[in-house]
Amino acid sequence: MIVAEQKPLAEIDKLIGEAKKILVVGCGGCVTVCLAGGEKEVGILAAALRIKRKKEGNPLETVEVTLTRQCDPEYVQQLEKYVTDDVDLILSLACGVGVQYLAERYNKWVVPALNTKFAGGSIQHGVWEERCGLCGECILYKTGGICPIIRCSKSILNGPCGGSQNGRCEVNKDTPCAWQLIYDRMKALGKLDLLLEIQPPKDWSYARDGGPRKVVREDVMIE
Amino acid sequence: MADFEPKIIIFSCFYCGYSAADLAGSLRLQYPANVRLIEMPCSGKTDARVLLEAFERGADGVYVVGCMEGDCHFLKGNIRAKKRVRYVKKLLDEIGIGGERLEMFNLSSSMGPRFAEVAREFTEKIRKLGPSPLNKGGDCR
Repeated sequence: MIVAEQKPLAEIDKLIGEAKKILVVGCGGCVTVCLAGGEKEVGILAAALRIKRKKEGNPLETVEVTLTRQCDPEYVQQLEKYVTDDVDLILSLACGVGVQYLAERYNKWVVPALNTKFAGGSIQHGVWEERCGLCGECILYKTGGICPIIRCSKSILNGPCGGSQNGRCEVNKDTPCAWQLIYDRMKALGKLDLLLEIQPPKDWSYARDGGPRKVVREDVMIE
Repeated sequence: MADFEPKIIIFSCFYCGYSAADLAGSLRLQYPANVRLIEMPCSGKTDARVLLEAFERGADGVYVVGCMEGDCHFLKGNIRAKKRVRYVKKLLDEIGIGGERLEMFNLSSSMGPRFAEVAREFTEKIRKLGPSPLNKGGDCR
């Protein structure tokens, strides 16, 4: 999932500025799962903002809506009935994708309440960790299911480097060396010989090169 | 502010604080009428959202009552409640209400006298703090 984290309240308050009525829009996708922008977080954030503004003698009206997903036009469309003329701005608790979808669809000032962090998963309740570098060309079959692109600080393909000390990365002692993990796993699976193959430089043209990427599936297109 | 009577909401676990309140009543113990008790199935059910809502709807102080640590009927509910209270205290500081208006207490069902004592102490604390900034009308700045 996409993992995001709420911006500090003071920053969100500043982004809202002098708005009198705002739409606080949550997303039922990834950010609900990572407890950053679901229905519950919408409720807490909206209440906190209302209380802060009431205390300052400048009451804020909030309308709370949580869409199934903010990254699908059909769900973004469902917000239409709430986007009335008196709404000063939309505060989106989605990842960067959702914020952009709302901004594209509605002629309103849209501000993000979250910082979108990475593609990852939870390792325990309340802790999320990056697992995928979104490089566009998966090589996990070569490395026993451990991604050197994102879990190795240097993203090297023929590791480990000299900074691997006792299974830890020199960049951060809390980070396990991805190449140590890969070696240990390949050894356990009896596939160490696969590591003897030298990997050529990765073709990064599938990654962030050349502007925004697009996936097209003609077989599922309606028009 | 001599005539200020704080409005205090207690979110209390059914297994401890609620029974303790019952016991306090059976023992004919006096405690301030400022406290309003809301029964929760477990202190761990007390969500950040309801704590904020209590303040938004006019509470001057709020406290959560959970079982003694290690004695939670649902094993860890009270530990979770403690974490949530800590989180909301920080949030209350950020939004200018003041985290000191929210507390967590651990009681057992046999602690009727302590329940009354906590109610008295917390009411006094909030009385000294004065009304919640949201309840001060227009002069809160």
